[in-house]
Formats: sequence, C-alpha cells, structure tokens
Amino acid sequence: MKSKSPQQNYELSKKTIGYVDRKKATQSDYDRIGFMSGLEVHQQLLTKEKLFCRCPAGIYQKPDEYDAELLRHMRPTLSELGTYDGTALMEFKTKKNIIYRISNKTACTYDVDDTPPFPINEEALHIALEIALVSKLNIVGEVHITRKQYLDGSIPTGFQRTAILGIEGVIPLKNKNVRLIQLSIEEDSCREVSDIGHNRIYRTDRLGVPLIETVTYPDMTHPDEVMEACNYIRFLNRSTGKVRTGIGAGREDVNVSCKGGTRVEIKGVAHTKWIPELTHVECFRQWALLVIKDILKKRIKKEDWKMSYTELDPKSLNFYYTPINEAIKRNEKLYGVNLPEFAGILSHFTQPGKPFYDEYVHRLKVIACIERPNMVSNEDLEDVVSQNVFQKVQKILKAGEMDAQIIFWALEDDVKTALDVIEERSLMAFDGVPNETRKSFADGTTIFERVLPGADRMYPDTDTPPIPLEDSLIERLKLNIPDEVVERYNYLQKHKVPEDCYHYIFTHNYFPHIRSIVEELGYAPKMIAVFFGQKLKHLHGQYKNIPFDITRMYEMFAYLKKENIDAAIAYKILKILFKNPKMDFDSILNILKFKRINKGEIVERIQFIDDKFLPKRKNTDANDKRNSIMGQLRKISLGNMNLSELAKQIHV
Amino acid sequence: MSEDIFQGYKGEALELLKKYNVHVWDNAEVETSRGHFSGKILPRAENTDTIHIVLKLITGYNVGIDVNNVTNMTSTTVPQPVFKIPEKQFPITKGLPNVKLLGTGGTIASRLDYRTGAVIPAFSPGELYGAVPELADICNLDTEKIFAVFSENMGPKQYIELAKKIGEEIKNGIEGIVVGHGTDTLHHTGAALSFMCQNLPVPVILVGSQRSSDRPSSDAALNLMHAMTAAGHGNIAEVLVCMFGPTSDEYGFLHKGTRVRKMHSSYRSTFRTIGDTPVATVTRKGVFPIKQDYHPRRKDRDVTIIPTFDDRVAMLYYYTGMKPDMLDAIVDNGYKGVVWVGTGLGHINKEMYPAVERAKAAGVHQYMTLQTIWGYVDMFVYDTGRDMMAKGIIPAGNMLPEVAFIKLGWALGQTHDPEEVKQLMLTPVNDEITPREPYNGYLVYQGGVPEVEEFIRNVHK
Repeated sequence: MKSKSPQQNYELSKKTIGYVDRKKATQSDYDRIGFMSGLEVHQQLLTKEKLFCRCPAGIYQKPDEYDAELLRHMRPTLSELGTYDGTALMEFKTKKNIIYRISNKTACTYDVDDTPPFPINEEALHIALEIALVSKLNIVGEVHITRKQYLDGSIPTGFQRTAILGIEGVIPLKNKNVRLIQLSIEEDSCREVSDIGHNRIYRTDRLGVPLIETVTYPDMTHPDEVMEACNYIRFLNRSTGKVRTGIGAGREDVNVSCKGGTRVEIKGVAHTKWIPELTHVECFRQWALLVIKDILKKRIKKEDWKMSYTELDPKSLNFYYTPINEAIKRNEKLYGVNLPEFAGILSHFTQPGKPFYDEYVHRLKVIACIERPNMVSNEDLEDVVSQNVFQKVQKILKAGEMDAQIIFWALEDDVKTALDVIEERSLMAFDGVPNETRKSFADGTTIFERVLPGADRMYPDTDTPPIPLEDSLIERLKLNIPDEVVERYNYLQKHKVPEDCYHYIFTHNYFPHIRSIVEELGYAPKMIAVFFGQKLKHLHGQYKNIPFDITRMYEMFAYLKKENIDAAIAYKILKILFKNPKMDFDSILNILKFKRINKGEIVERIQFIDDKFLPKRKNTDANDKRNSIMGQLRKISLGNMNLSELAKQIHV
Repeated sequence: MSEDIFQGYKGEALELLKKYNVHVWDNAEVETSRGHFSGKILPRAENTDTIHIVLKLITGYNVGIDVNNVTNMTSTTVPQPVFKIPEKQFPITKGLPNVKLLGTGGTIASRLDYRTGAVIPAFSPGELYGAVPELADICNLDTEKIFAVFSENMGPKQYIELAKKIGEEIKNGIEGIVVGHGTDTLHHTGAALSFMCQNLPVPVILVGSQRSSDRPSSDAALNLMHAMTAAGHGNIAEVLVCMFGPTSDEYGFLHKGTRVRKMHSSYRSTFRTIGDTPVATVTRKGVFPIKQDYHPRRKDRDVTIIPTFDDRVAMLYYYTGMKPDMLDAIVDNGYKGVVWVGTGLGHINKEMYPAVERAKAAGVHQYMTLQTIWGYVDMFVYDTGRDMMAKGIIPAGNMLPEVAFIKLGWALGQTHDPEEVKQLMLTPVNDEITPREPYNGYLVYQGGVPEVEEFIRNVHK
C-alpha cells in the first residue's frame, strides 16, 4: 500500500470498480451494478392558508426578519432509544439547540407546537384529491392523519402531520409504465437558516404550507428514466393549475440503490435536471462501498476489528495547517485515531472527487457537531498535514503497515461522540452501504445528511378526527380534473409539434391555453403550440418573467381573428406586449404602424416590383427575384396576407 | 372474547368484518369499488362512525375504507402483538438523594407502539430510566402508582389519599417527593396538598406535561428532570408546581401550590404564579430561588398531615343578571359553603341580596374571590360591597377562586363553626393570601408594543 500515493490509489480503485462517466455509460453499465431508483416528488399546493392553521401560505421572510426566537430540543422517543437507532441517540447526546425564528405574519402558536391543530384546510384537501384522481390512484374511504417522526427539528412538533389520499397508481413514460405507491398530503417543514456547531436555526414561514408527496415504486433502471418520471409527475401536478411554482415549490427526494446496496435517499433535489448525474454517482458510490466491504472482510473479521486512539499533544507535533492551529487556539482537543487494516480504504474512490474518508467528515459535522474542516487522514488526496507528522502519530498509536490514521479536533464535550462516530462508520464499512439520507450538489455528488429514521416511525395523530371521503365528493371533484399529461403529449405529437416545445408548455401548464385558442378560435394546433413553445419561451427567457396575464395570449388571437388580421403579425404584437403589458391591441397595431391593405392590392404590386427588378449582381435567377419581391412586400403583407399565400402569387 | 376480535367496531363495519370473518390485527386484502387495498386491520377508535374500517398499510400509514364500497375481503390471521417497555434496572448511585415518584394517572413518560399507534405508559423506575436515562444522574428513584385517573377526575378522595401517602413517605425518610399529575387540575391538587401537608421537611413537587412524551418535542422529560432536581436537591420544602418557565426548552418555574394557575389551554408555559413572582427557577443544574423567604429543607420528620375535606362546597361565577334562584338551589341542595367569583373588586348584583341572607341563615359559609384573578377583593370601596359583607359574604383577600374553593372544603372538613372557619380561611398556610403584592408580580405585557416586541425578539420566551 505504502508504495502507492493516495491519489494513485484513488484513481486505481476508481478503475477497479468500473466507474464510467455518465456521458459514456450505457444501459448495460447500469444493469451490471443493478441500478434501481424511485422518487418522492413534493409539490406545494396553491392555497391561501396553511394546512392545519389559518396562517397565510406562501409568504416568505428573510433570514433576519423575525419577531421572536424559540429554543427546543428534539428527543428520540423510546422506541428509537432502543436497539435500532443508536445514531439518533448519539445525535441527541451531543445536544443540538434547535432555534426557530418566528415572524408573527407567517406563524402562530400552532406552528411552534403550543396549540393543537385546527381542522384540515379543505381547499388543500380538494386540490390534493384532484391530483390523486389524475394520478389514477385508488382513493381511500377515510383520511387518517398520521404523524411521521423527524428528529432534525425541521418541524417543531418533532413529527410531520401527513395522510394518505390514494394508493397504487401508474404513470406512462416513453418506454415503460412506472407504478405509483401512494400520494399523501402533508405539511411542509421549516427552512434552515444555518447549522453551525451545536446551533441549528430554522425559519417558520414555509412550515405548515400544504404539500403533496407522490411516491413511485423503484421501477426506474436508468438515470434518465428517473428524470423523465420526475418531469411527468411535476407536469401532472402543474396540469391542474392549482399548485405553487417557483423556487422550492416543487422538490424531489430520490431513492437509489445498487445490487446488494441499500436504499439511500437523496433529499431535496431542487432541479430535475440534476437527477441523472446524482443517481448515477450515488449508484456507483454504493457499488464502491460494496467493494470496500469485500476488501475489508478479506483482511479482518468485523468482530475482531478494534479502533485505537489517543489524545495528541500539539506541542510535540509541528502542524502547519491553519485549521488545526486555530482549533488549538480555541482550546480544542486533538486526537489521533488508528483504523486497523484500513490502508487504501480511506483514499478509495467513492464519488468523483471524493474518497471514502469523506464519509467520516460529514458524519463528524452532523452527528458530533464539529464544523469542517474537522479531520485529516494519512490518505488525504491533498497533503495538508505532512507525512512526518503521521509517522509520529503512527508510532504513538503503534500502527501497523496496513492501518490508516485520522486526526480530528473537537471541543472536549464532543470528543466522545466524535470517537463513536468514527468507530461506527468504520464498522459500517464491513456491512456495505449505510441507511442514510444524503444532501445533493450540482456536480452530482452527495454528502451524508442524516441517519435514515427507522421504518416504524409512523403513528396516528390523536389530535385530529378521521375525515370521510364520500362518493359524492369524489364525483364532484372529478368534474374539475384536467385530462392526463400523456393525452396532451399524444395530442402535440399527433399535430407534429416539435418535441423541444413540450417541456416549456408542460412546465408552465400552457396546454389548456393552447387548446382553447385552437378549439375556440380555430387556429392550427401546430402553429399555436410552436408559438408558445418557441416564441413565447424565447421572450420569457429574455425578460425572465411574463409581465402580463397569460390569458392575454388568447385575447390576442381572438382579436386577430375578429379583426380578420393574419396571425403572422402575432410575434410582433407579443414583443410590444412584453414592453407594455397593459396596452390594448389597437394601440399596439398603431405602434407597429400596421395599415390595412387588401390582398388584391398586394398582389397587384407584384407585377410592379417585378418590372422594376434590377439585379445588383450579375448571375441572378428566378429565386433571387422571388426573394426580392417577397422582401419588399413582407412589411405590408404582415397581418394582411399569409406569406405562403403571397409566395404562391409570385409567378416569375 | 368477541369484542376483542372486533375491537371498537360497531354497526355496518362490524357486520362486514363478521361476514368475511376478518378480525382486528389480521392482514387483510380488501376489494373495493375504489380499488384494491391491503394492510393490517386496526381497532376502531371510539366515537367514530360505523361505516369505515381502518387499515394500516405496509408503508405505516393508516387509511379508512368505506364499508359500502367493499366488494370482497380475505385475510390471514396473525397473533395479536404484545408490547412492553423494556425495563432497565434504575441504577442506585451513592450520594444521590432518594426521591419517590407518586403516580396519579396520566402519562409522564410513555412509549409508542408504532404498529398500532397505542401509547404504552412508562412508569416503573426501570421503564422511566429507559425513557429518560438522565434521571439516574439526578437521584435514586423509587415509584408508586397510587391511582390511575385523568386530571379532571381528581377530587377530594384522591387529595386525602395522596396527603396521607406523602406523610408516610416523609416518616420513612424520603428526601424528596414528586407527584406525577395531569395538568388540567394540577393547581387544585397543589392547593389541596398545601393545606393538607403542613410543616413539610422536604420538597413535594407536582409535575405534568403539556405535550405527551410520545413526541420528540415533548416537555415531559425536561419537566421530569427539573422536578427530580427540585425534589432531590432543592432547598425549598414546600408544595410546588414545577412546569416550563418559557415555551423554550430553557428553565422551569417552581410555583407555590397556593398561588399557581393554568392560564393557557395548550402552551407549554401555561402555569403562572398569580399575584406574586414564582418561588424559583429550576434547571438541571439546580434550584435558583427568586423569593428568599421560602421554607427551607429540614432534617426532622415533623410533618403535619390534615387530611380533611367536606365536599359540600360550590363555586358561583357571577354573570350579569344572575338570578337568586341559582344560590337558592345550592342552599336547598344542602351545600355548606359557597365561593363567589365576583366582578371587579368583588361584586354581585343587588337582586342576589335576599338569597345571600337566606344562605347565611341556613348556615352556608360564603367567601368572595375575583374574576380579575389578579388583585385583592376590596368590599369597602363601594356601598354595595359593604352591604354584601353585612349580609354574610366574607372577602378572601387575593386568594385565587380555585384555591378558596379547595380551602373552604378543607376547612369545613374540620369545623362548621363560622368563626373557626373564618379563622382557617383567612390565616394563610402558604401565601394563599399575601399581605402585599410585589410590583413585578403582575407582568401581563401585551404584544404589539415596541418595547415588548423588542424583548420577545431578543430573549427566548
């Protein structure tokens, strides 16, 4: 091992596990490692008020905009103190102070768990049921509010109130159907302001906003399928027009596992387009962890593995690493830990740019509350502490050739937990992939976020009565529901609308507008869809938002129809509309200096121009002539005569 | 046994379960007009309708199914799960005080059965240690369940039994007592024990929780730790209510059992001392007195237990236009004491006067307390007050209405002689009437005022 540098070892292990870049990966690569993924798609509902209290929904405060702060601690309840959730207890012992910043505008005593819930927001319940109906789920007969425990403090009660509305549905993707497990309605959680050391701060503005969660089976076997399924569900939600849009209004948790791996949840993926890279990297991370497991098991039995450690005297070691020197100044303790038989493991590849030791770094941060940088190892990819120092540490720890070492620093109170964390994660390496939730980054990598709470963390909410859903209500709600997204896809395909228009149209739920313009005004579907999916999209991107009510699009085409003006002028009108969102169409036409000229008059001019055609170049043919005529007539024709019709009139 | 198989189910739902021979706890497959459902049949809660059955899905969620939509059902029987809290031996540590926890009902600590959602109470020292291991760092704990009643069902019978039990424990040498209690009438029990257990050599701490211990945000564990600290290490040997000071997890208050009141239906910091400041704050580090003139802990065991109560006492909360027959009815029903809760400084309407005189003639003891909660009864300011006193209503100073009610029952348990009763009523046992009200006692600051908002923003309350 010693002959290889950590960097070489990292690159070699990357090759050994068979990592391939996503761009080069094929289905057979994913089949080889048993890629499996499912989704939990969250979508805020567009309601006036929150789900279980009468605070306004959708009003957000700045981090320092608050009227009061509240301090709480989350305590694992008894069953979590028992056998299976040691980490929750560890985290509790280090004592996270959870601080809530409350603005009187957006939170009340319910939000901070000092008042029992008010009856469920019916507006939210009905929207969620409509979406459950579009998702073709089996609707329950009676809604039972359930409590789902969260110990991270993101909900002041320590649990989220949530309820199943429907189970067992299906969504059609291009190449396969993906089954849905369920759709639930739930209250959104707090937004984190900061999490430093022992203090985690939350804002309570988003807390309690009505949310739905659509959960799929792990039916996706390729990263791109996960994104496709996610888009489908998001478009479906948006097709009702009753959901919130904008940053944070829709978020995904992505579950990934590889063959022999464990379900790992990547939390709060903000952008759908991140999904393929994230799931790709996560699946290979699990694959790498399984390889690490095999290496370790060949070297030593888990039961025989024993970590050793010692407090280090900073004076006897020369550190030139600023974070360590600063920690010493803060009176923090410095510890050396020996991990027997871990040589080559710490620098083993797990993710692009991240070796195995990264798994310790973030657990030390989250569970032991030690801010990063919090450790170095003798296999760091970048040498920040010299190998000389590690040689001394190895001597003190009586380390063997096949061992690896970590040096960490922490306040005295946190040392015990830190040691527990390092020992626990090392032992987990013998089992493969730990059950956990991970936080995502734009580059596709993830870091440890929390231990996945035990599966049995659901129990009935004793504060709320069950809500019966009578057939009459379901029938009434069915009248509101939009047609399926897949039907809309088929419609656009049938009318040969280019695919690049779809995403924009579905993201903004413009399909219903397109359809009314087509059906009520009699325009060609392709022309209108392309107008939305290309022209509107272009200006939308340029101006960053649409300054006018989208119904003005219908009004514009209705106006053109009524005035018998050719629709080719619509794009010019739209450009003015972006600059003057309230201007009436007569005035816009004035600005455009539009003059009505009847078709006959335009056609008459063809001959006139033809006669005067004086080519500047020598070799001109009929096409040049035609183009010249079209060019000169385009301006007066626009709105008066369809240009293709005009072209037909030019006989040269 | 048939009720056990169909727990809580009635009417159509019960018929359906019987028809398909499906029992509670069975794993069932249900065909309905809304699709297929599978899960475990759960018991049906009381006071819910009779047309739904409850299923726990594999995902842990519960759903209800309308029996009218069910077209077929099959099931496999699984044994009913039995759940117990794991008992861990409560460690005995030399040098730590011995504290006794007396249970009256309600759950101080509990564990959830995640499969059914039922709450299993934790009470034995071993169970409590399993739930709140920090207790072992505070004291050596012994527990005894005296009764199992909800707070609202506590009454004179229970007060007497509890007082006697406290007397016994003190004689046996205990160093501190904690009474676990539901919060609704915690302050009634606080008053009753204050009068029944006098000259205490050790602290008697009443504690409850506003958020049940099955939730991670519960105040139960911290309240319990505070109470054990106050009982085992505190120097204040009085009957005290120990509950959250602010709603934040910061510190607890110790309130005199005679001056405390539940002031919010659901807040954690619901208990407030009225007409004075709390006696002390308490954290896991110890008790920090606010008032200095408390009764200190003693080595002797000379407690005085006076376990008496005459329950023929009523309270009349005066409302405008109240008719005299309200009082007449109480008198005619044989009640011996009435605590009035009057307006302002302690007033009732003139129409009531003849009935008041009639009550006095019938030997009914009448005392005046206040709807304002804060302040003193003063029946000298207006003629009407003087009239009422002449007709037999005795002002009870700044005694809280509920406290006056408990004290009158306690006094009438000992004597019916009007002078002796008056003597007992107006001689404070532990500040139920105070000679003076400190300026900083009344701290009902209203939100919206800039100074108050500034304070709330900067200090966790």
